Amino acid sequence: MEETMTEPRKVAGFGRDLKSEEMVISMGPQHPSTHGVLRLELVVDGEIVVDVIPHIGYLHRCFEKHCEHMTNYQQVIPYADRMDYVAAMSNEFGYVVACEKLLKIRVPERVEYIRVIMAEFSRIVSHLIAIGTYGMDIGAFTPFLYCMRDRERVLDIFEQTCGARLLYNYMWIGGLSHDVPPGFTEKVKDFCKYFRPKIKELNDLLSYNKIFIKRTANVGVLPADVALNYAVSGPVLRGSGVRWDLRKNDPYSVYDRFDFEIPVGQGLKGTVGDCWDRYMVRVHEMEQSVRIIEQAVDMLPAGDIASAIPKRIRPDAADVYVRTETPKGELGYYIVSDGTATPFRVKVKSPCFVNLSALPAMCRGAMIADIVAVLGSIDIVLGEVDR
Amino acid sequence: MGLLDQKFENSNIVITSMDNLLNWARLSSLWGMQFGLACCAIEMMATGASHYDLDRFGTFFRGTPRQSDVMIVAGTVTLKMASRIRVLYDQMSEPRYVISMGSCSNCGGPYWEHGYHVLKGVDRIIPVDVYVPGCPPRPEALMEGLLKLQEKIRTESLVKKKSA
Amino acid sequence: MTPQQILESLKSRFGEAVLDAKVDAFPDPWIRVAPATLREICLYLRDDGEMLFDVLMCLSGMDYRGGKLGVVYHCDSTVNHHRIVLKTEVTDAEPRVASVESVWKTANWHEREAFDLYGIVFDGHPDLRRILMPDDWSGFPLRKDYQVPEFYNGMKVPY
Repeated sequence: MEETMTEPRKVAGFGRDLKSEEMVISMGPQHPSTHGVLRLELVVDGEIVVDVIPHIGYLHRCFEKHCEHMTNYQQVIPYADRMDYVAAMSNEFGYVVACEKLLKIRVPERVEYIRVIMAEFSRIVSHLIAIGTYGMDIGAFTPFLYCMRDRERVLDIFEQTCGARLLYNYMWIGGLSHDVPPGFTEKVKDFCKYFRPKIKELNDLLSYNKIFIKRTANVGVLPADVALNYAVSGPVLRGSGVRWDLRKNDPYSVYDRFDFEIPVGQGLKGTVGDCWDRYMVRVHEMEQSVRIIEQAVDMLPAGDIASAIPKRIRPDAADVYVRTETPKGELGYYIVSDGTATPFRVKVKSPCFVNLSALPAMCRGAMIADIVAVLGSIDIVLGEVDR
Repeated sequence: MGLLDQKFENSNIVITSMDNLLNWARLSSLWGMQFGLACCAIEMMATGASHYDLDRFGTFFRGTPRQSDVMIVAGTVTLKMASRIRVLYDQMSEPRYVISMGSCSNCGGPYWEHGYHVLKGVDRIIPVDVYVPGCPPRPEALMEGLLKLQEKIRTESLVKKKSA
Repeated sequence: MTPQQILESLKSRFGEAVLDAKVDAFPDPWIRVAPATLREICLYLRDDGEMLFDVLMCLSGMDYRGGKLGVVYHCDSTVNHHRIVLKTEVTDAEPRVASVESVWKTANWHEREAFDLYGIVFDGHPDLRRILMPDDWSGFPLRKDYQVPEFYNGMKVPY
């Protein structure tokens, strides 16, 4: 019989006689499992967690203030990179799509396809880190090394294209900074052929491992209506059974030309919306990303990647909100322009910020070790939470 | 590494100075504190993973400051976090070293001009031994920083007071 | 529903609370409403059968210069596939806006952030305190006239 981890245990015979008090434990900001500088204030009754209060802001780097002082809209892009530093291409993608909508620019087809390829690679890289560190939090160290090994292959492709491994400044408003190197198509196809069996290897190592399932199934269940009210997005929302992905429901760039599926949590090992579902959505999304990359690299047209980059960027006074599907969820940029070359206001709606605000709703009644499992399954990056 | 290894070729007895022995022991097993703040932490993790591998230098990440020798401050230090970094540094036992990894902890990085919440360099609150520039530094750069720290430790002496 | 229809429906129900609108604005049409009636308007937007705005995409604090602050709400409907932008304006002297935390739970943290960085007070918020800046920070950093302090707890802040 499977015990559900979210209900407090009753110990026979002792419940009424013992007087107990709640204790407040601070987890973080330096902690091996909090994925960065996050402080969780846990109010515990023994081992059961009564309440979780996240404290953020330890990595608040004043992104929005910097945007208001840049002399140019293009200068914001390196700062946008550094928000979700694990999947930097996705941040840039959202920003340049928003600016191009404001400026009414159409980019060449080649640029669109290369952007989609880079964004999907970025999704693979982000999910590899999410899965690797999640395994490490649960206690399995080997999948982390395997994921980092595969990640290095993708970083090689990034480095050959734009010179940087982690933070690129690659997607510019109206185009890209560099064209793809010669032999790019072969390298990408080689990677796709290499990577598919590795996903199977990951499933053998971690996903269907009995201990992993015991730690993650039925833990941290987030029902679908609560998820929508909290406006969570990305794998957290899809793990709760809601089939909502901006690449299909509100397509941007050229995503409507590709054939891919949206994986959704189905409660195969426990309840719909538990940690295992969220984790498996990420594994399946990596497979779908490989599918998209293969299609995009086959359809890649010729063209010039810099022909539409404007010399002067001075949009009309207007404001725009554009959202894109990053590996963490729905990243939104609200850009307000006042007619000058400097943005008046850039507000970033960060998916990790919103997903983390739903953490207390997932954790009531869990045990301390379950908090680690739930936090890992939300997959937060503090650079994006705090901006 | 090269200091005492060759001497073991002929016999099992090596005569050396206490300084050399202690320095060799300290630099060959620098246990780092797992303390990633921001983007540089990802590069630190990549350096520790199998492609670049820090374990061959004897470095192994520990979760607690009480058991570590070196604190690699990887990422931006904000004012809210600064007091905690000071507390963590104070909790490390001597001999302790600090490597400042990346532009942000060297001098504030790209946030130097308008960052109202960014501490412009971690050396404003703790003494730093090695600075590794880059944004983020490549794994090879971090390894060079570690090797430079090892060189610095090699020249330490029990008699002469450590400058930091 | 088109933005024009949403505007008419709101006007017929809330009358003078709907102050201004620009339904043909490119790229996003917007409607400006009075700050005190926001909760009722948002409840109506969320629950009415033809509207069904079940997701609050974004809540942004704004500083329009000249002592004017504001909040901008981007609402989306996953069921009816339409979206709308609500704006509201307050002054520096009286920066009070009704909180929509009881309508969409996601507004909890967003409103805390707007309070932290702009000083806009949300009436009815259960736990309005600073979220990103330290608790003993003084001032509201994202305002246009903000002066960076010289020292914070003994640490020099500017370069």
